Amino acid sequence: MSKTVEEKERVVIRFAGDSGDGMQLTGDRFTSATAVLGNDLATLPDFPAEIRAPAGTVHGVSAFQIQFGSSDITTPGDHADVLVAMNPAALKADLSKVIKGGTVIINEDAFTPRNIEKAGFASDPTGDGTLDGYRIFKVPMTSITVRATEDIGIGKKESERAKNMFALGLLSWMYGRPAETTLNWLDRKFGGKQEIFDANVAAFKAGYNFGETTELFAHSYLVKAAPSEAGTYRNIAGATALSWGLVAASVRSGLPLFYASYPITPASELLHELSRHKNFGVMTLQAEDEIAAANMALGAAFAGHLAVTGTSGPGIDLKAETLGLAVIMELPLVVVDVQRGGPSTGLPTKTEQSDLLLAMFGRHGESPMPVVAAASPSDCFDTAIEAARIAVTYRTPVMLLSDTFLSNSSEPWMVPDPDSLPTIEPRFATAPSNGDGFMPYDRDDKLARPWATPGTPGLVHRIGGLEREDRSGNISYDPVNHERMTNLRAAKVAGIANDIPPLAVDDPDGDADLLVLAWGSSLGTVRAAARRVRADGRKVATAHLRHLNPFPSNTGDVVRSYRKVLIPEMNSGQLSMLIRARFLVDAVSFTKVQGIPIFADDLEQEILRVLDHG
Amino acid sequence: MGDVEAGGVVGTLTKKDFTSDQEVRWCPGCGDYAILSAVQGFMPEVGVEPHKTVFVSGIGCSGRFSYYMDTYGMHGIHGRAPALATGIATANPDLSVWVVTGDGDGLSIGGNHLIHALRRNVNIKILLFNNQIYGLTKGQYSPTSEEGKITKSSPFGSVDHPFNPIAVALGAEATFVARTLDNDRKHLTDILRQAVAHQGTAFIEIYQNCNVFNDGAFDVLREKPQGTHNQIRLVHGEPIVFDEGARCVAVGENGRLVIANTADTPEDALVVHDVRGRPSLAFALAHLSHGPTEPTAIGVFREFERPVYGQAMNDQLARATERLGKGDLGSLLRSGDTWTVG
Repeated sequence: MSKTVEEKERVVIRFAGDSGDGMQLTGDRFTSATAVLGNDLATLPDFPAEIRAPAGTVHGVSAFQIQFGSSDITTPGDHADVLVAMNPAALKADLSKVIKGGTVIINEDAFTPRNIEKAGFASDPTGDGTLDGYRIFKVPMTSITVRATEDIGIGKKESERAKNMFALGLLSWMYGRPAETTLNWLDRKFGGKQEIFDANVAAFKAGYNFGETTELFAHSYLVKAAPSEAGTYRNIAGATALSWGLVAASVRSGLPLFYASYPITPASELLHELSRHKNFGVMTLQAEDEIAAANMALGAAFAGHLAVTGTSGPGIDLKAETLGLAVIMELPLVVVDVQRGGPSTGLPTKTEQSDLLLAMFGRHGESPMPVVAAASPSDCFDTAIEAARIAVTYRTPVMLLSDTFLSNSSEPWMVPDPDSLPTIEPRFATAPSNGDGFMPYDRDDKLARPWATPGTPGLVHRIGGLEREDRSGNISYDPVNHERMTNLRAAKVAGIANDIPPLAVDDPDGDADLLVLAWGSSLGTVRAAARRVRADGRKVATAHLRHLNPFPSNTGDVVRSYRKVLIPEMNSGQLSMLIRARFLVDAVSFTKVQGIPIFADDLEQEILRVLDHG
Repeated sequence: MGDVEAGGVVGTLTKKDFTSDQEVRWCPGCGDYAILSAVQGFMPEVGVEPHKTVFVSGIGCSGRFSYYMDTYGMHGIHGRAPALATGIATANPDLSVWVVTGDGDGLSIGGNHLIHALRRNVNIKILLFNNQIYGLTKGQYSPTSEEGKITKSSPFGSVDHPFNPIAVALGAEATFVARTLDNDRKHLTDILRQAVAHQGTAFIEIYQNCNVFNDGAFDVLREKPQGTHNQIRLVHGEPIVFDEGARCVAVGENGRLVIANTADTPEDALVVHDVRGRPSLAFALAHLSHGPTEPTAIGVFREFERPVYGQAMNDQLARATERLGKGDLGSLLRSGDTWTVG
């Protein structure tokens, strides 16, 4: 039987099932096969806060969304074209995330009366009109998987567990994903356990063949490779990219990396990843609490390491006093905040950009700290190096903002040549700079003080949290000195603006009225929305801030040169507040605080609204 | 001892080499002066040059200590000195790292860091100045103040039960636990000597007089006339006798340790001190008194060996490098699934 092939430019698929159904793995494998095909892509895992919520309930639904296509893909997609629902709870939780008229593939075997009731449906959604307007495919995934694996000699439970591979096989057939990538991976993963390997391969092939041979699916889809620059590519998630960026900063500075952290969602991924790279000389220390982690890192900074502490918002609250200490000690320290929904414990597994003002101002006294933010999963790599560069060059703590979305999301990345990465010069003090003894609070042309590490002869000195006397670094309660030191610390951070690229504006014709200014993980949404607006023949300019403190030196000129400035953020308008206060520009704020990224569709509508009525 | 090679020149370190030019600003008569002098006087004996020595302190009167030592120093925030010191000692195991803290800094706001430094066995020497009062904030009760203590924040008497710092350290499985007195320079120096010889964390509680807010808290244990009667000096391998031999520590009913007259105590009931023995012995010795108002043990309670944190961490890095080869950034970035375009 021959089947037709329909070409698609871009597709959004969402795999959803119970926490124990292996949906993250399924999505991850589909992503790898998609990346190898050369499609551009973006992914978003979406899992519950509970480790194992009661099986079959909406609370326990774990999902993975991927958008892939033959042209620039910048977000995981607002809504799914295809939903794979492994049970009624997944359908209940995620049907609203499917576009009208979209495809829903359900595991028919899981739609038992008991499961339907557990999911909170009053009646069987496959027969009561709930799914009217969608294209429904009912596939008995569990029973086919059990039949396909019955000769292998594993138990029914293990056999049923392979049903995610059936789903992967079916979707791989539908979208022409290469089977070899998955089969090779299964070999690496389960090569040592023959029966498990055989069962997974059998289930995968059963799914693939089911699509190929049954009458149910009339055609498959072709999504061509996206054009991209020549080079070696890989798929990378933000947490991995950020960790590797820190390792790269260590290699490029010659400073051993010291990472102290207390487990916290979603920053623990950094601790896990970095603790695997001890052969790079990476020291990872799981501290007794957030405060200890910050202090251990600060101690290691004094001792001459590239010191980093990572956490999420609640941890930043706890570290605040130590960050103030790092500000007055003027030691290099990178502080990673993988932002999540707040306040308090808030939404631990959901994303938000609500720690910007905390990063800027969340310390007592006048305690300026540079702030940088990553814009995409792969950009976490470069931004980590930039944070380390600023910290080491300026002898200052630096806040590096990521978020849950960036951390978990992934995209293709052209692997850089290590020799092309920036170098970082530690410039340790080795001798007193003048005849009258060592002055630990002397300053260079960047206002950075000497970094003299214990063990260096002739430079013995004491630092601490009490106000320092200019140059000598001795304790000083002198009022004029305090003001001078306050100004020096502020001027040092402000001066970084001379050492970073100007804010780049994407304004194709140079005559747009509206500038969309964003920061952090909104980059993808802004690019997608701008593309759509421009496709309609409308004009819009975009700019993205990596440096939030200080802003690039031309930021004021840029925002003042547009009639309207629109600032989309996953908070209640924090960058907007900074831009308005700093530059007296009547910026329009577009916000979303739902624990999920802003949809490109919604931003597109907002851009059009501001253009037409704003 | 004391001869070191500095800059190719063999010289002899003196107390002066460890004394900074900063004016010491504790209240006249404070016990901290005696401790500072004893430590500065002892440091040459350690044989580590000032530039390879780091003093880390927290907040409180004891916090100023690091400014008075002519070594590298870090004066941190309240309670966090053990965490700063853990970072320093782990990053560079070649340094001699000291923590100076107090009963409020170390046992109240910083209690968590103290017990975790002790359990990790980081190679740091912790001097806890216990004056049983908050001095720098002008006289509130501390976590070691006795119940019923009248202070500015407890005008009707404190209802807080105090910590026994030695028992806390033993409970955290510290590998070296000792107690000494601020003005007993000989004993203090002897304890410092043993602490330096110990590999790993050494915890030393120093009874320290605050003559402004808690004067005389340890008078019962001081020399002449009471000290002789009330100091139970612990010496490894020796029977525990005190009060010029008149009294001793004996095993009483149900195995409890009691203070008895030596003349009435059969030899097999006399407790012989063993710093490497059962932790229960050290724990029982820590609980002989309810505070420094009755016969109290001073000296080394317990000492044993356990892997040292910074060393274990560095060994792990070395083993990983041996097994996996020295990390190569290019290989790391290309690890896993990759594909090539063009």
